[in-house]
Amino acid sequence: MNATVLSSTTAPAARPARRCRWCDTLDAWLPKLVVAPTFVCSLVFVYGYILWTAVLSLTPSRLLPNYEFAGLAQYEALFDNERWWQALSNLAVFGGGFIVICLAVGLLLAVLLDQKIRAEGFIRSIYLYPMALSFIVTGTAWKWILNPEFGIEKLMHDWGFANFTFDWLIDPEWSIYTVIVAAVWQSSGFVMALFLAGLRGIDDSIIKAAQVDGASMPTIYRRIIIPSLRPVFFSSFMILAHIAVKSFDLVMALTNGGPGFSSDLPATFMYSFAFTRNQIGLGAASAMMMLMIVVAVIVPFMYSEMRRSRHG
Amino acid sequence: MADMSVAHTAGASKLGRFIIYGLLALVCLYYLMPLFVMLSTSLKSLDEIRAGNLLSLPGEFRTDAWVKAWDSACTGVQCEGLKGFFWNSVSFVVPAVVISTMIGAFNGYALTMYRFRGSDLVFGMLMIGCFIPFQVVLLPMAQTLGALGIANSTVGLVFVHVVYGAAFTTLFFRNYYVTIPDELVKAAKIDGAGFLRIFFSIILPLSVPIIVVSVIWQFTQVWNDFLFGVVFSSGDRQPITVALNNLVNTSTGVKEYNVDMAAAIIAALPTLLVYIVAGKYFVRGLTAGAVKG
Repeated sequence: MNATVLSSTTAPAARPARRCRWCDTLDAWLPKLVVAPTFVCSLVFVYGYILWTAVLSLTPSRLLPNYEFAGLAQYEALFDNERWWQALSNLAVFGGGFIVICLAVGLLLAVLLDQKIRAEGFIRSIYLYPMALSFIVTGTAWKWILNPEFGIEKLMHDWGFANFTFDWLIDPEWSIYTVIVAAVWQSSGFVMALFLAGLRGIDDSIIKAAQVDGASMPTIYRRIIIPSLRPVFFSSFMILAHIAVKSFDLVMALTNGGPGFSSDLPATFMYSFAFTRNQIGLGAASAMMMLMIVVAVIVPFMYSEMRRSRHG
Repeated sequence: MADMSVAHTAGASKLGRFIIYGLLALVCLYYLMPLFVMLSTSLKSLDEIRAGNLLSLPGEFRTDAWVKAWDSACTGVQCEGLKGFFWNSVSFVVPAVVISTMIGAFNGYALTMYRFRGSDLVFGMLMIGCFIPFQVVLLPMAQTLGALGIANSTVGLVFVHVVYGAAFTTLFFRNYYVTIPDELVKAAKIDGAGFLRIFFSIILPLSVPIIVVSVIWQFTQVWNDFLFGVVFSSGDRQPITVALNNLVNTSTGVKEYNVDMAAAIIAALPTLLVYIVAGKYFVRGLTAGAVKG
């Protein structure tokens, strides 16, 4: 503090000719001026637009925005829409499966990689490269692999399993599970990297002490290491839940929501109603519901985590 | 951790090590399989694809599918391959990455080295922008771009990606700058250096690693984006991800799986190359956002 006070009094004295009177004022304002555009952008393009979408969701807008007040009619229409319920239940199936499998695979791989493995860096980079690919590329690749005619089914036939059938991609009951398969392939390496970073951060002396006490390795993992990875579970969950709710590209590339609308997710529902079926009001209502889902999942989670860290 | 168990029983642990390496190798194969399938399919002829299976190797090295994907494959009504769309993507990705990284650097610097009243609040507000599902801003943004006359243009896509990418880049730079000791900036202030001078002569030279992280992260995000591309552009202005999806779903004539796969690899190549060259920074970017969360 002293230093800054000093600087403001001595510095102008040192070279009075070069520094103008309002330069210091300008300098004091510069940080705020620099942040201001981003701040205003965020106010307008995030908060303002959320409000705008909320307004649209209360209007009867179809092809063009129409700002008559229609009350909650669009939400009523949304909740009467069978396709919306299908999208929601798909989100539950997809989100649940995707998050649980990614966490399990990520943790397992991280624990295996943490056993002083030779060529660890190389193996890690193989597990992680799918993350560099877009969901569109991922979807295109898996669409081909899961192709009921030429894909895995044919491979198994060639290997002698003549009765093997695998047609999830065109089976309305199972199409959403193909999205889980592709999404897990794309994102599980990332979860592995998070867990591995967490494992490396654990204090070795606790583990040594437990070993001295005669605890076996599985017990140490179960009772000490995995519980101490709690923050990693937390951040991984947040990221994966976020990916799940926003999932759009993968479904578009892999199944295009089909067959029928059996693999629709809220994001594809929103896109299709807002931009291809000219139902702006309904699209806006579904977008607001997506926002509420994100808030409903993330806020309680964050809240409990913050309380925990304050007490612990 | 493993060395204690090694001491216990050498034989059992040797088997254990064998199992661990076996598992890790199997998982490697699983992750590599789609890339292998894409590559080998793209080099086969259609007859070979029908006769063989996913894992069968191409008989000879053919590049026809690649040439077609680049030059003449149909993406909807037009049949000019991916080349135009590839350059579309380049034309908005480069400015979007440069601008959003610069904004992130300035913001991060101002928010850490010159904390003012409410700076934490500003940062918190920006961070919420990382968490919203973008569907909730699409309709108003489409209206705005239309009103400004930059719908379906490079400028429009740059604008959208900068607006919604700046929150992430700010997060990167802020988290990096909090680790730089305050004394450095304080000493410079005593010497009479101003906001910009300190930034350019002290902070920026220290920022190379985080600039690399931010550039790679933004490049991957913007190149791989589909949502903004499909909503805010159309026709021959579309980015490569949208064109790839159109190409794969164009249902005229015989389905050419080899061309689809070549096109997918072309679309993936830039980010894949970045990953191979600078994978370390890529991972750091992924975890930088997450660890601070």
